[in-house]
Amino acid sequence: MMLTILTALPVVGAIFLLAIGDRSKPLTRAVALAFAFASLLLVLILWHGFDSSLGTMQFEQRLAWVPALNIEYHVGIDGLGLLMLLLSAIVVPIGMAASWKIEERVPLYFALMLLLQACLFGTFTALNFVHWFSFWELSLIPAFFLIKLWGGPKRTPAATQFLVYTMVGGVAMLLSFLAIYLVTGKFDFIDLAQLAQSGHLMSNVVASLSMHRFMPSNIAMILFAGAFLGLAVKVPLFPFHTWLPDAYSEAPTGTTILLTGAMSKMGVYGFLRILLPIFGPQVQAVLTPLLWLTVATIVFSAYAALAQKDLKRIFAYSSINHLGYCMLGIFAVAKYTGGDISLLTQKFAAMDGVLLQMFNHGLTAATIFWFIAMLENRSGGQRGINDFCGLRAVAPVFAGLMGIALFSSLGLPGLNGFVGEFLIFKGAFPLVTWATSISVIGLLVTAIVILGIIQRVFSGPLHERWSGFPDLTLAEQLSLAPAIALMFVLGLYPQLVIGVFNSTVIQFVQHLNF
Amino acid sequence: MLAWTIYISFLGALLQLLLPKGNNTLARALALVTALAGLAIAATAFLTHRTGELITVTNYAWIPSLGINFHLAADGISLCLILLTGIVALTGVLFSWNIDRRTNEFFAFYLLLIGCVYGVFLSYDLFLLFVFYEIVIIPKYFLITLWGSTRKDYGAMKLALYSFIGSAMVLVGLIAAYVVAGGKSMALNDLANYAFSVHFQMWEFPLVFVGFAILAGLWPFHTWAPTGHVAAPTAASMLLAGVVMKLGAYGCLRVAMTLFPHGLDPWGFSLLGLSSWRDVFALLAVIGIVYGALVAMVQKDFKFVIGYSSVSHMGFILLGLMTLNQIGISGAIIQMFSHGILAGLLFAVVGRMVYDRTHTRELVLLGPMNLNKAIPFAALTFVVAGMAGMGLPGFSGFVAELMILIGSWRAFPIFAIFVGTGIVIGVVYVWRAMQKAFFAEPGDASTQEPLPPITIPERLGAIILICTSVAIGLYPQMLLKIITPALNSPLFDGVRKGGW
Repeated sequence: MMLTILTALPVVGAIFLLAIGDRSKPLTRAVALAFAFASLLLVLILWHGFDSSLGTMQFEQRLAWVPALNIEYHVGIDGLGLLMLLLSAIVVPIGMAASWKIEERVPLYFALMLLLQACLFGTFTALNFVHWFSFWELSLIPAFFLIKLWGGPKRTPAATQFLVYTMVGGVAMLLSFLAIYLVTGKFDFIDLAQLAQSGHLMSNVVASLSMHRFMPSNIAMILFAGAFLGLAVKVPLFPFHTWLPDAYSEAPTGTTILLTGAMSKMGVYGFLRILLPIFGPQVQAVLTPLLWLTVATIVFSAYAALAQKDLKRIFAYSSINHLGYCMLGIFAVAKYTGGDISLLTQKFAAMDGVLLQMFNHGLTAATIFWFIAMLENRSGGQRGINDFCGLRAVAPVFAGLMGIALFSSLGLPGLNGFVGEFLIFKGAFPLVTWATSISVIGLLVTAIVILGIIQRVFSGPLHERWSGFPDLTLAEQLSLAPAIALMFVLGLYPQLVIGVFNSTVIQFVQHLNF
Repeated sequence: MLAWTIYISFLGALLQLLLPKGNNTLARALALVTALAGLAIAATAFLTHRTGELITVTNYAWIPSLGINFHLAADGISLCLILLTGIVALTGVLFSWNIDRRTNEFFAFYLLLIGCVYGVFLSYDLFLLFVFYEIVIIPKYFLITLWGSTRKDYGAMKLALYSFIGSAMVLVGLIAAYVVAGGKSMALNDLANYAFSVHFQMWEFPLVFVGFAILAGLWPFHTWAPTGHVAAPTAASMLLAGVVMKLGAYGCLRVAMTLFPHGLDPWGFSLLGLSSWRDVFALLAVIGIVYGALVAMVQKDFKFVIGYSSVSHMGFILLGLMTLNQIGISGAIIQMFSHGILAGLLFAVVGRMVYDRTHTRELVLLGPMNLNKAIPFAALTFVVAGMAGMGLPGFSGFVAELMILIGSWRAFPIFAIFVGTGIVIGVVYVWRAMQKAFFAEPGDASTQEPLPPITIPERLGAIILICTSVAIGLYPQMLLKIITPALNSPLFDGVRKGGW
């Protein structure tokens, strides 16, 4: 019931915002933020009631929805789900704060943001394919309009590309799951995962579908490819990433925060909730090509970030890079190790790393884009790395705090970004040594990118046109403080978050066929 | 009680002609009351008959010497479509509120059309069904020629000719069946229970099926649909695409498939990989889905986009019927309902909200008008209707496509993949039209005259249609509950075979 309320709350907020209309912009913003904080509070209450010693689904709710098709309304969260709820609840207020200067059609803007949040909550709590897929697809609509109506000069192609790519992936995934449903009569993730674990799922599917004319013999692989495509576009994995840089850079920065902070995690979440449990053997069968894609994602995106001049594009590529590490960890965990128990701890480490990385990247990327939004507001929309110089002289607090966020993204020990990447590399190295080794290039290049930004934007002689660049106001400092503090807390005491999902990770890894 | 949907509509049509000319308000009010009464009866029947089994409404001897009765009956399938007709009819009146030329005659034809549509859905006697089916052509011809636009004479004539050809095929098929069965009865169950020889069914089935399917926009006999729908006035487009096309699909299921189920059996040989009429029509349906979507993607005229989208959506219905399994056919019936609502809504936005204000349907010209600011309600309605039409979850279109896809995975797995392509193209054409019409880069605002605001009847109509689509999308059980028993009734014994 709690989870249903959580998903419904932002929808109520959105309707409320549209109902009060365009009366007063400050009021609209305040109401929107109030709803976002109410969601955050609700998630914290959930966390309080969550028994993290169990790795099973909690707060479950099950209702018959379409009995004729065996579709249920089934929600529940385990550690992974709770982590994603926490992240979404944190990222949305940041996105709203970064959108404070939006002046056009304010109620609609914030209503769409709240709707997007509802879709995020829905996706992260749904345990039935149809229910999950509904939110997965619906989330595109608010995101599309946020880009389309408030975006930069090339917003139309960017928004369209974003929508069409994701829809193509969505339809491919839908077709795969319908074929599976046809054979098993089930849409429930938990049931399907159990079937897959017992080894009956794909053999049944193959036996039942291969009787048709023209049916290729490797139907299981085709179904896997369909589901994989849907998720890989969303993460994104090379070569399905081309929609992302345009969408992120053309979107208004507040929206970019939601896209990178929370929406990009939907893809990774899908890999963990759906692809590995249900298509485990298929992943293992094509693990090497998948690892090549991952390595390409990590390395290419790092170099692409190096070549960019626009801060938003840099961090768009950097976002691909950071999620690439998650994929590296996931595929390392998926590797078939012939039942070698000694590698199990490595898998736990890698898996812990993946979940930490999801959370940390969400937090860090959201904060960095928040800074970029402030930079844009102060510079009249400029955000090229060569547009600025020596800002540290006039805005030391700005430079210092943004520096912390940047170093977190770089993976400096002591800040949150480090722990996740460290655990992924530590865990993945013995499992998939070659891929992990090559991926190190990505770490190095990212470091160069980040240091380059710090040097060009903050160091050097101050250009005179920025001599009036205002530093952070007290209000801004106070609003940034929790995010920055959280970076330190998680860097020094990652157990805070690991505790949420540790049992889930152990259970998850043990259920995989290793 | 249900028979009164027909009588009331005919009565309303007659009263329209008796009313004093020139009093438009009175004519509108009368049309609204008539449509509302029809909807009220339909909704009451829908809500009270929750078992979905066949109920006889009236049964009088009509031409006893030929075994023809005035026999009306309804089961779950008819009830769904009756409800659809009621909803579309009511909203159609709301969207024709601005008709002020020969208003009485307009609504007279309109109500006549609705009465006949109710009649087809309720007829249990095939002669009666054919009579209603045939009369439908007349009001739709006049609605287009008298109140239409853009090559209306061509559109109306083409539509009438195609309809007549289809009816002729149906008539020949029905008479042949009647004669072969002994000439004693035209009742649906009597003919369905008669054991026609397999050879007879093999040529009867395609004849009657295609006859009906012409009206359902089966590719390659679909070309009347876009031109006719574009030429028609808004309310007529809504009815034509919303319910009249469903008459064809309904006939395919109710008459062709139940009377001649063996026509779907394999021929015993294979031609180009096709080995039965079932394969042939499924292939044509899939071509229709993909072709309609592709053509809709390149249209310059806003209304043609919607016109071709109907062809694509009707392809889903025909494919669903050809799956011959419960889930696919139920999906086809839900798609009939869903497309009826959504086609109505889309034509209302394009024809009434946009065209009647801007007097152009060229996407290039609409773009600079910045319609999303000028008439935001129309933009919102189109976005919602477009989302629903392209099968986004939460709307009726999703449930229907989901079920049809599952059904075709079972029956024709390869086609399911092509249908997936069709869905993606569907997303593209809806989004392209939406962007060009409503969200293009704004032109010079100062040269534009302000558009009249969206009126209350328009808002009301749009809200009714959207709510219906969402209700079905969130709770499809509402329709499935009565469709399932109807499909399991003895009438469909012949259809239920193989992997039902």
